[in-house]
Amino acid sequence: MTQLLNRRNNLINKIPYLGVFTAGAIILSYIETIIPFYFGIPGVKLGLTNIMILIILYLTGTKDAFLVSIVRIILTGFLFTNFYSLLYSLAGGIVSLIVMSLLKRTNRFSIIGVSVAGGIFHNAAQILIAIFVVETASIAYYLPILIISGVVTGMLIGILGKILVPRVRAVIVR
Amino acid sequence: MKKNDWILIITILLIAAIFWLIHTKFLQDEGSYVTISVDGKVIHQYSLEDDIDVEIKGVNEGINRLVIKNGKAKMIDANCPDKLCVHQKAISKDKETIVCLPNKVVIEVHAKEEQEYDAVVK
Repeated sequence: MTQLLNRRNNLINKIPYLGVFTAGAIILSYIETIIPFYFGIPGVKLGLTNIMILIILYLTGTKDAFLVSIVRIILTGFLFTNFYSLLYSLAGGIVSLIVMSLLKRTNRFSIIGVSVAGGIFHNAAQILIAIFVVETASIAYYLPILIISGVVTGMLIGILGKILVPRVRAVIVR
Repeated sequence: MKKNDWILIITILLIAAIFWLIHTKFLQDEGSYVTISVDGKVIHQYSLEDDIDVEIKGVNEGINRLVIKNGKAKMIDANCPDKLCVHQKAISKDKETIVCLPNKVVIEVHAKEEQEYDAVVK
């Protein structure tokens, strides 16, 4: 799957890296809570943490990405936010990761396309949860705005990922 | 970026646009009243059923003239330089707004029941 796994095919060597990525993702979540890259619309976020998830997805694979993502969401949920935010994050994180790993597996999209799809489905899943929590379908009017914001932030994160993935790979596989 | 990326992005944006159109054309609730805010504070509230013609004092001696007729609210005059608000179409559906930035005047239509979503989604 990757050079990393081929070269050091055991869990012990992988764990420290996943720990570092999880810590990085948590730090990025924290940065996002203190600097809420505010685009004038509530709910629109840059999704910086997704860069960590993208890197893991491309370097060590889907399973590790899921592991890091869920650990990250639960820890940040308890550290910085409340139960409902945890619910939203969990839905958004899992759905976007499923979509990203499926798209990546087709090999037809670059990391930017994968990231864009992840951003959109992250937002769509959160809207869906919001519809159940608030028990009204009328917040769906928000969806087009969040889709467009998902495209924009997804592209930004994807471009960042395109730059970072080869570099991180070079460091890890050294 | 690969070609497929662009196809993906454009398809998704088209879906968003279609969704938006369907929503604004067919699903939006009828408004029942308008609120007038100046500098972020709601100063007046008028029912869309009444015909009114009021002058609103905005910031920096700005004056906007709002008319409600046949259930629709429209800004018919303003002393701001660009007059963007005057050019906006009449509003009558829930959550539609007319904004006059220089005078910081915002007219917003509301449906009958006020629902505070913002309290739940943080």
